[in-house]
Amino acid sequence: MSTIYILWLRQLKKYSRSRARVVAQLVQPLLFLVAFGFGFGPVFERAGNGSYIQYLASGIIAQSVLFTAAFTGAELIWDKQIGFLKETMVAPVPRWQIMLGRTLGGATVACIQGVMAFLLTLLVGFRPTSLLMLPAGLFFTFLIALFFTSLGTAIGSKVNDMQGFQLTMNFLIMPIFFLSGALFPLDGLSSGLKAVTTFNPLAYGIDGIRGSLIGVSHFGLPSDYLVLGLTVLAVFGIGNYLFRKIQI
Amino acid sequence: MNIIEVRDLTKRFNGLTAVDGISFEVEKGEIFAFLGPNGAGKSTTIKILTTILQPSSGQVRINGHDPLKDPDAVRRSFGIVFQDPSLDDDLTALENMELHGVLYKVPAKTRRPRIEMLLKLVDLWDRRDDQAKTFSGGMKRRLEIARGLLHHPDILFLDEPTLGLDPQTRNHMWNYIQEINRREGMTVFFTTHYMEEAERMAGRIVVIDHGKIIALGTASELKERTATGSLEDAFLALTGYEIREEQASGSDHLRAIGRAFGSRK
Repeated sequence: MSTIYILWLRQLKKYSRSRARVVAQLVQPLLFLVAFGFGFGPVFERAGNGSYIQYLASGIIAQSVLFTAAFTGAELIWDKQIGFLKETMVAPVPRWQIMLGRTLGGATVACIQGVMAFLLTLLVGFRPTSLLMLPAGLFFTFLIALFFTSLGTAIGSKVNDMQGFQLTMNFLIMPIFFLSGALFPLDGLSSGLKAVTTFNPLAYGIDGIRGSLIGVSHFGLPSDYLVLGLTVLAVFGIGNYLFRKIQI
Repeated sequence: MNIIEVRDLTKRFNGLTAVDGISFEVEKGEIFAFLGPNGAGKSTTIKILTTILQPSSGQVRINGHDPLKDPDAVRRSFGIVFQDPSLDDDLTALENMELHGVLYKVPAKTRRPRIEMLLKLVDLWDRRDDQAKTFSGGMKRRLEIARGLLHHPDILFLDEPTLGLDPQTRNHMWNYIQEINRREGMTVFFTTHYMEEAERMAGRIVVIDHGKIIALGTASELKERTATGSLEDAFLALTGYEIREEQASGSDHLRAIGRAFGSRK
């Protein structure tokens, strides 16, 4: 227990000491919010879908969460390079506890970042329809965070250099994000795109946040919860397995 | 009783044999020096003994446990000060110590006073709340040593612990280690390039070169065998005068391959 806690705390301390990172990881969602929100807003409304900011906010929250969470993988590679990972890997504690502490720490940081993105969306005019459902929204946010910290850890365990990590992430994270319904509604898509989004776990996460915050859901909250929950378990399992196998 | 047993240990990296069928034993409570030129296979051996790397073949027993089958039991048996840095630069000196203490399950009651004592021993107590990234190389080294001594394991591995330390710190460190060794019977397994340090501290010395053990005995036995007056001369007589290049990392390895291909033109 104390192992998991101390490594969780470490992630939070590192995050709170890096103001540049806090700001940088908020700039991108803000840019998306302003450029897409106000840029596509009029078209979206003319198509009869209502306010685009209302729709987009959930996607932007998820975006800031997923990029912050995936960054955990970069931290893992960094810890390999500065040698700190060795220090934890020879400690007399099971490696799954080390991985769990790091993952929960990364996920918590990502959730904090998500909450800040949520506050940003309020600034540009987003209004959640139900305050009672905010905790549910936070829960989906946390699942998304866990999914991407585990994914980042899985990749960071296998890859040893930052460039390789960036490349893998771009190939993986960008499509997952753009084909998730973060930016456009999933109703009435062409069958190809529909198939892709159906197999995209992030689509369920964002749908879950959106369902919680504005009461509009494509898959329905129970399926969102089920599909995302199961994929989180699977990816966490893979991340844990690869992390335990690390040789330095 | 042997606390470390190594039999026919071999480690190959893509065709390069770093450790080539070595065997030795270390007795409980011994201070044991593991010497060799750069690239001889010292760090690789330590990494295998400490569960970070897996051997290609051979048997290892640490405190009776097999690092491959029961890594957690092995990890409960030892502490280590690495050759390369392994601090978290974003954390303060105190936080680095605390984190280590928690990972190694040193009870809070023992931990707090011991951290204070050790940070004073390496003269970093006044800087305890500064992030490690503000420290000089020597200060970081001292912090790592203090951290490595925080729990008192059955076996302490020290991989070139005194590299870059001034004689004062070295003296403090060895006095402290010798005291735990005497009082608690802690086994010490260390590598160093300072021959006088090995001569002064170690009961027995192993010399490894090109992945093979070429000598094993006390300092006086090694001097006798080579008919030399100092351990430094004995070491040189055993390993030769040629300067070695170390295969440090992947990129170094690539550069070496590049050179090999370049020379064919």
